[in-house]
Amino acid sequence: MENILEIKDLHVSFDTYGGEVQAVRGVNLELKKGETLAIVGESGSGKSVTSKTIMRLLPKPAARIKSGEIWFNGKDLTKLSEKEMQKIRGSEISMIFQDPMTSLNPTMSIGKQIMEGLRKHQKLGKQEALQRAIELLDLVGIPNPEARVKQYPHQFSGGMRQRVVIAIALACNPKVLIADEPTTALDVTIQAQILDLMKDLQNKMQTSIILITHDLGVVANMAQRVAVMYGGKIVETGTVDEIFYRPKHPYTWGLLSSMPRLHSKTDELLAIPGTPPDLSNPPKGCPFAPRCPHAMKVCVEYMPDYTTLSETQKTACWLLDERAPKVEPPEIIAVGGAGK
Amino acid sequence: MMAVSKNEITQDMFQPAVIDKSLQEQVSGPSIGFWSDGFRRLRKNKAAMVSAFIILLIVIMALVGPHMSKYGIDDQDLKRSNLPPRISALANIHWLPFDGKNEQGVDVYKERGIKQDLWFGADKLGRDLWTRVWKGTQISLFIAVVAAAADLIIGVAYGGISAYFGGQVDNIMQRILEVLNGIPNLVIIILLIIVMQPGIPAIILAIAMTGWIGMARIIRGEVLKLKNLEFVLAARTLGASDSRIISKHMVPNTMSMIIIHTMFSVPGAIFFEAFLSFIGLGLQPPKASLGVLINEGYKMLSLHPYQALFPGVIISLLLICFNIFGDGLRDAFDPKLRQ
Amino acid sequence: MGRYIVQRIIYMIVTMFVIVALTFFSMKLLPGTPYKNQEKLSPEMIELLNHKYGLDKPLPVQFVKYVGDLLKGDLGVSFQFDGRPVTEIIGERLPVSADLGFEAMVIGLVFGLLLGIIAGLRRNTVWDYGSMIVAVIGVSVPSFVLAQLMQYYFAVKHHWLPVAYWEGPAYHILPDIALGFGPVATIARYMRTAMVDTLNQDYIEMARAKGLSRPAVTFKHAVRNSLIPIVTIVGPMAVNLMTGVLVIENIFAIPGIGDQFVTSVYTNDYPMIMGTTIMYSVAFIVVVFIVDLLYGVIDPRIRLAGGES
Repeated sequence: MENILEIKDLHVSFDTYGGEVQAVRGVNLELKKGETLAIVGESGSGKSVTSKTIMRLLPKPAARIKSGEIWFNGKDLTKLSEKEMQKIRGSEISMIFQDPMTSLNPTMSIGKQIMEGLRKHQKLGKQEALQRAIELLDLVGIPNPEARVKQYPHQFSGGMRQRVVIAIALACNPKVLIADEPTTALDVTIQAQILDLMKDLQNKMQTSIILITHDLGVVANMAQRVAVMYGGKIVETGTVDEIFYRPKHPYTWGLLSSMPRLHSKTDELLAIPGTPPDLSNPPKGCPFAPRCPHAMKVCVEYMPDYTTLSETQKTACWLLDERAPKVEPPEIIAVGGAGK
Repeated sequence: MMAVSKNEITQDMFQPAVIDKSLQEQVSGPSIGFWSDGFRRLRKNKAAMVSAFIILLIVIMALVGPHMSKYGIDDQDLKRSNLPPRISALANIHWLPFDGKNEQGVDVYKERGIKQDLWFGADKLGRDLWTRVWKGTQISLFIAVVAAAADLIIGVAYGGISAYFGGQVDNIMQRILEVLNGIPNLVIIILLIIVMQPGIPAIILAIAMTGWIGMARIIRGEVLKLKNLEFVLAARTLGASDSRIISKHMVPNTMSMIIIHTMFSVPGAIFFEAFLSFIGLGLQPPKASLGVLINEGYKMLSLHPYQALFPGVIISLLLICFNIFGDGLRDAFDPKLRQ
Repeated sequence: MGRYIVQRIIYMIVTMFVIVALTFFSMKLLPGTPYKNQEKLSPEMIELLNHKYGLDKPLPVQFVKYVGDLLKGDLGVSFQFDGRPVTEIIGERLPVSADLGFEAMVIGLVFGLLLGIIAGLRRNTVWDYGSMIVAVIGVSVPSFVLAQLMQYYFAVKHHWLPVAYWEGPAYHILPDIALGFGPVATIARYMRTAMVDTLNQDYIEMARAKGLSRPAVTFKHAVRNSLIPIVTIVGPMAVNLMTGVLVIENIFAIPGIGDQFVTSVYTNDYPMIMGTTIMYSVAFIVVVFIVDLLYGVIDPRIRLAGGES
């Protein structure tokens, strides 16, 4: 299938008082038409920065794209002017934010907030835009949309607000939807509803989704492919099956073992000891080496290259070198697999 | 990706690495307490530190200044009437007003045969303005500090009691506050001063009577918030007494808010004193405060502008520095502003 | 909302009553007769005058009569101005003060918002620091010091502008600036804080993610929402202006209510002091009330919250 979005060797840094923080350090990714790609990793791994870079929504002047390309529709997004970027934002690539309680303007009716994008990108008149806004509210499953369209965010529950946010994001039929932890701030029961809605709308609209999350349950539910990020780099990518059943990177093992499951033999939750690396002073070797139970001397000194394991799976780990000792994945993964 | 030549990576590098696990759980940077962190931020704020220094300088001058001149605050001598300021060492600097010449460019010292420099000049009655300005600063500061302290005591007591006991007590106390708050400060102050006869006690009472309401509200808000926090509930569950909870938990946790608010009520009081004196409701001559001096200087403004200049500059400097320092304190210590 | 308004009006009435009582009894506590200027009056004549003005009756009776007259819109007659009704004097002088106050308020709003928005948008740049230095000076330097400085420099020394009085547009410039500088500074500070706060909100990023242009994000989302907290300080600011009017009118010899009030205090003109105080308080209370209502109208979270508050 053709790629709709391609990120090539992206480097993004933040200039802070403490010096340069290299938040993203050479990320390569491609998003295929109609698929859902999940980017997983813990906080500070660079997944949100990557997504904001695609939207060119990084805070200025603190953050800058040091190098790399983002290809979309034959254009390199990193080279576009702010004006050109405004034409793409909200119409071809749009974004759903984490917290629906804060991502809607409290003093503007939700109708107006949906209509803003429509009027800007599709040049709709007031009446047409209002009509479309009502349709969109209906589409995202908000009952009584004619009345609701005039209401303000505080009159909606969290789940309903996230539906509104989705309606805003999908208003102009975007080709790519970036969902940054779209369910983290919601109740568990509402989470499933929102995910179902997103899947449903994706089928209807053929949108490609980049799903940023640290919740592997959400990944299993939604995504076809997964990229695991750590320390500003992608350490492993593959299809959902590959990542859940045949993961090769010790960090992916750690993530999967720390996931609570019903039929586990042990009662305890496994955590990955240690803390993520300090990206203002990034390690020269593998960023995960200090926390890796299988770390070797080479890991500390050199960043491993990607080993292509299948057409879809690539992993950056020295354990896959022929000189490395054979290491078995933790029992919990080898035996149980990740529970789908 | 990085081009690593295969030769560099030797077989022996694939041995398990020894990694000090104890380093991993280390949080970078030592943990810093609330107060020391606040002081560290405050010290970094250059504007606030400069302001603190200027305030300190003015306070010292207010205490020492009146003794540096041989004239007292009410020593009159018509020979010195409206004598312009002169500081011989600075007399040649054109843009400074210390050349001893009046508005017409006449050297009044020479004309009247006065040898002694009067650094800030003299007023209509020939009183030394250096002595009067610093004495006035002293009185203004005294009034402001006492009024701010009274604000603090009344406000903390009222707000604390209201919030701590809550329920009906809080309800009634808040209704009273609401009515009081509706009365314009100026009305209370002016009525009080008209009734009490202008003077230091009347001014202090007037400023304190109106200033505490803001403090009471802040304290009530803070205490209400704290009351429901886990550690206070825990202390209560463990059987701590009211007084213990107040002194060990409430006071330390509201302290930063109290200090910040007080830091802003001092300049407020300095302003109000000057304002009252300016409209003739403040101190009565021959006593001097900055407001009195500005008022007296104002009457001479068109002929002898220096007489209003010095007290005007000092009060402005004081207020600017207090405000900047207060801002700095707030930025450093307000828990709400900490990330 | 309705219940809230009724509750507020009750508070306003209680407050007004307290103010009237406070003012009335404070005046009665004053030493000396109100006929200070006419020192040579004989005791008989004072008695006669007391009788004429109803000052020989017991205090409660005087108070009830005063409140009764007040409700009819009668504030009594000035001792000073030969029996002219207080309402007439106030009516004559109030427009001048209102004019001055309004102009200062407009200056405060226009320049304050401008400075605040620029400082908020260009945070930590020269623009920001410049605006904030102006703001700190404006907040700190008392209006009467600033007024004197400007009066001396622009009028006395260089004769660019008239020294005093209230006659044509040129006469308004110095008093307006002297009175308006404080509000400019206050509004600029609050607006900057509000802008910085708003610009960090998620919905601003959301608005940008919709592809809106920078001016649209700035004005439709950021400035609009930043204005809400600004409304709350407009009330106290109007009150500060009322205070400032006293000294500014005095310095520039403007025939307004503030100038009159200072004179009344000096001459023990009780009815005039009481009348002005009550008028001032009514203005104060009404302004604060209107601002609160305005706040509700602007912020849908409050407007639509119904009678809960």
